[in-house]
Formats: sequence, C-alpha cells, structure tokens
Amino acid sequence: MDSTIVAILVQDGIVNGAIYALLALSLVLVFAVTRVVFVPQGEFVAYGALTYAALDSGSTPGSLWLLCALGALAFVAGVIRRGPVLRLAVTSLVLPAVVTGLTLWLAPLKPGVAVNAALALAIVTPMAPYIYRIGFQPLAEASVLVLLIAAVAVHLVLAGLGLVFFGPEGSRATAFADFSLSLGDLTLPGQALWILGLTAALMAGLYGFFGFTLLGKALRATAVNRLGARLVGIATAQSGGIAFALAGAIGALSGILVVPLTTVYYDSGFVIGLKGFTAAIIAGMGSYPGAVLAALAVGVLESFSSFWASAFKEVIVFTAIIPVLLWRSLRHVTLEDEEE
Amino acid sequence: MNVLEVERLSVAYGAIPAVEEVSLAVPEGGLVTVIGPNGAGKSTLLNAIMGVLPSRGAIRFDGAALGAAGIEARVERGMALVPEKRELFATMTVADNLLLGGFRFRRQAGGELERVYALFPRLKERRAQQAGTLSGGERQMLAMGRALMAKPRLLMLDEPSLGLAPLIVRDIFRIIADLRATGVAILLVEQNARAALQVADRGYVLETGRVTLEGDAGALAGDSRIVEMYLGAG
Ligand SMILES: Nc1ncnc2c1ncn2[C@@H]1O[C@H](COP(=O)(O)OP(=O)(O)OP(=O)(O)O)[C@@H](O)[C@H]1O
Ligand SMILES: [Mg+2]
Repeated sequence: MDSTIVAILVQDGIVNGAIYALLALSLVLVFAVTRVVFVPQGEFVAYGALTYAALDSGSTPGSLWLLCALGALAFVAGVIRRGPVLRLAVTSLVLPAVVTGLTLWLAPLKPGVAVNAALALAIVTPMAPYIYRIGFQPLAEASVLVLLIAAVAVHLVLAGLGLVFFGPEGSRATAFADFSLSLGDLTLPGQALWILGLTAALMAGLYGFFGFTLLGKALRATAVNRLGARLVGIATAQSGGIAFALAGAIGALSGILVVPLTTVYYDSGFVIGLKGFTAAIIAGMGSYPGAVLAALAVGVLESFSSFWASAFKEVIVFTAIIPVLLWRSLRHVTLEDEEE
Repeated sequence: MNVLEVERLSVAYGAIPAVEEVSLAVPEGGLVTVIGPNGAGKSTLLNAIMGVLPSRGAIRFDGAALGAAGIEARVERGMALVPEKRELFATMTVADNLLLGGFRFRRQAGGELERVYALFPRLKERRAQQAGTLSGGERQMLAMGRALMAKPRLLMLDEPSLGLAPLIVRDIFRIIADLRATGVAILLVEQNARAALQVADRGYVLETGRVTLEGDAGALAGDSRIVEMYLGAG
C-alpha cells in the first residue's frame, strides 16, 4: 500500500465524512431542541437524491404529490389543535401548491443544476416540519423512548412511501460540473470539491445562525432550558418545527450532493443516515464540533475498511461505536432523559 | 383597577390537590405578597397563573379572562414569572439571556437592555460571562432582568431570596421596591415573611393549598398568629 493509495482513501473518506458530518449535525440539533432521535433522516437523504435525479432527467418527481399530501395533513392537524388558520393555510397549503406549480412548469425545461437543486430542496424540506406537526408536536411532553418509537415508525412509513413514489429502481444524476483538480498524483473530482465546499459553507452558515441571530439563539435556548424558553415566550413547538426544517434541508442537500456519485435507491438513505448517527453518538449527541470530527473519522474508517475488507466495511464502521459506548459508560457520561 | 384577578383557582398534581379555591387580586402598580410554609402550594399557584400548569377556576388579566391561553400569549399580554429555580440558559452568556428575555418584543429590545443594565450594574460587568457560572445573587438578578426585558405589567417572583446571603437578600428587596416604583405590579412569593410584608401593600397567607389569612401587609405583620408562626419572637 503506497502513499498514493493512502491519499486517495483519505480523500474518499473525507468526502463521505463531510456528508456524514452534515447529517450528524442535524441529528444533534434535532435531539437537542426536541429530544427526538431523528431516525427518518436517511429518508430525507434518499428523497432529496431521488427528487433531484428525477428533475435532472427532466421528469416530474413523485415526491411532489407526497409534499402536497403531507401539507394537507399538517393543515388538518394544525386546525384541530386550533392554530392560526391563515398562517397554517399559507405554510401547508399555499407553499406546496406554489412548489408544485413551479416544478410542473420548470421540470420539462431541464433548467440546470442550481434550479433543480433548489426545486428538490423546496419539495423535500417542508415535509420535515409537516411531519413534526403531524406526529411529534402532540408528543412534546412524552419521554425520549416514546419519541424514539414514533421516529422509528415515521422512518418505516417514509421508506414505504419512498418505494411507492420513486419505485424500486435506483437513480443516479449527472455531476454538477465537469471539472477536476489535480494535485500531484491526486485528482480531486469536481463533485468532491462541491461536497467539501458546500459542507464548509453550510457549517459556517449554521455557526452564524446559532451564534448571532435571535432565532438561532432561541433554538439554543430551547435546547438548554425548555421551561426557561417557554417563560420568555419562545413557542417550543415553533422551535421544534424549525429544527426539523433545518434537518430536512440538510438531509435533502446531502442526498443531492451524493446522487451524482453513486446510485441511490429508495432505501439507500437509511445506511447513510446511520453513519451520521454513529458519529453523533460517538460525540455523545451533544457536541457539534465533536460530531463533525467523529463523522470525518467514520468516513476515513469506512474508506480504509472498504479497501482492506470490503465485504465487512459496514460491520467495521458500526462496530466502532461499541468501544466508544463502553468508554462512555465507564465514565458515567450517559445519555438520559434530561427532565428532572 | 386590578391587573390580575384570580378566582377560586384549584390546581392538582394527578389526584392530589396542591392549591384549592384560592382567590386573590393584584392592583395596578401594587405589590402583593403570598407567604406560607414549605409545600403550601405557593410555586404551584404562580405556575398555574403563568399557564405552566393547568388549573380550574378563573384568571383575569386586565379584566380579560385568560382561559386556555398559552404561556407565550400571557407573556405577550404583559405577564412574567421569575420561577423558583430561575431556569436560566446556563450555557449562554448573560447578554444572550437578557436578549432572549425580550424575544417576543425584539423591536424594542435595545432600550430595555440599557434599563436593565442600569438597574443591575453587576449584569453589565458580567455580560459576556456564561449564566451557569454566576453566583447565586447574580443569577437571581439575571432571572429578574430577563423577565423585565419583556416589559411586563405584572411581575411574579417566586422566592427571590431563596438561598441568598442576608446582605444580598437586602439588595434584592431594595431592587423589588425600586421596581415597584417604576409602576410594574408585583406578585411576590416568599418564605422570608418579615421582609416580604415590609415591602408589600397586601399579603395572603397560604397553608396546605388554601388562603388562611389575608389583609394589609402592615396589619398582617402585627397579627399574633403571623408573628408566632413566621416572624419568630423578635
Ligand atoms: N410536580 C409535582 N408532582 C406532584 N406533586 C407536586 C409537584 N410539585 C409540587 N408538588 C406538591 O404540591 C405541593 C405544593 O408544592 P409547591 O412547590 O407549590 O409548594 P411551595 O409553597 O412553593 O413550597 P416551597 O416554599 O418549599 O417552595 C407540595 O406538597 C408538593 O409536594
Ligand atoms: Mg416554592
């Protein structure tokens, strides 16, 4: 094994690790704000990937109808809970209608990477806050375990719906751009640069949002002290919706970034999400920088194990969690229901 | 005119009643105190008024029934609670805690911040420090400052002197008197009956969930039962 191979493996690992890092960040965020372990994150990756791939080939993605259906359900759920009808109508009926109109108009024109990516994000992202409003908002006071069970249920339902709306065949999209960067022996493909660049930009954006905007601080406040947040008038249901929306957007974007590299099936997202989850767990579900580092380590470990023992690569990656958990439990840093 | 009117309010934890048929009123700009022993239901009462706990009976703010209004709606109308456990955002800075206190009123936040810093100069010195690293007295000041950022018309304080050294307790009560002078109505829950009755106009004594005595703060401070139970021999 020479240094070129090592360099290629590391590069591969970091590119995949960047995706896992995005997913890990969104998992930590959703857990901190809502105490939900966001198991369906993988479905958002698959939905984003398949929606983008459909748009890339000039056809109308089936997920469009799912968006409208979930919006309608979220509207009904909101009205039953006596929410503000006008605002509910705008966010859950008008928005999907506008996105549907735009997609039906633009998709056949093959409008290019940027428009396709924006459309795919607009189709997939709102599903997350709709799902929050339908399934998780009524459970806001439930235990972490009940929320986890609900999250697993949502994952199974979304995976099933993925089969219905996208079919069993996999899809792959063309690369964003046809260029590559040569550094000595090493060639960095354009897609890898896109992934690294967008990941870094997104992380900087999240840092700015949580560090410097009132809304970002309100989300952090909800995570730090839920009762304190309610007492200053932060609607925790709204914080939850925003956290879900961010997670949905990050998941969909990850899918859009990945689908030019590899064929994605309706159920491919789960394993990708699980690796983000592994990183989040290694970081204790609490630290954002820790989750990013752990995700990069997971990516590199994965690329080396696929070189040495490709049949066992998933096994090796997921087994890596065991010593970490052992070490954590020995140090009594346990993950528990933080409510007193 | 009363800012707050509570009528026959009852609160229960499951089947166990904690507050039963309590009625009280806080006049505009007035300072009313509720005193009583541990476990009397004082915190339960404040939490129910703020909407943190569900209750039976009527709560009126500015003459309008609050009904099932959520906490956010009550904050928006001008109610604020400084809870017994303070509930600060421990890993965030003092300045961020205050900023978030004005979350519902973000447009006016700038002026309020200066007002709060003027009231609590200590908080201004410590504005970049994490709330979790503050001393007990500073935490109480921050909790009060955070509540004031919403420019409330009714400020409810749950045992602001809890766990503080006598000298700091004196500071806190001085600040409560200052606040009252700015026109905000205050509902003060205290175990430190002597200090509470000194600053208040009216007092209620709560025992095992029921009001057993009420009247002018001065009269209560002289009442033989109060003297015996809460004020000691001195
Ligand atoms: N979450 C809860 N679940 C069940 N019972 C509770 C709960 N919180 C309080 N209680 C009970 O309700 C009663 C009133 O409690 P509360 O905290 O309101 O008293 P308090 O007057 O504020 O006491 P203290 O002066 O010690 O703060 C107590 O008997 C208490 O044990
Ligand atoms: Mg109490």
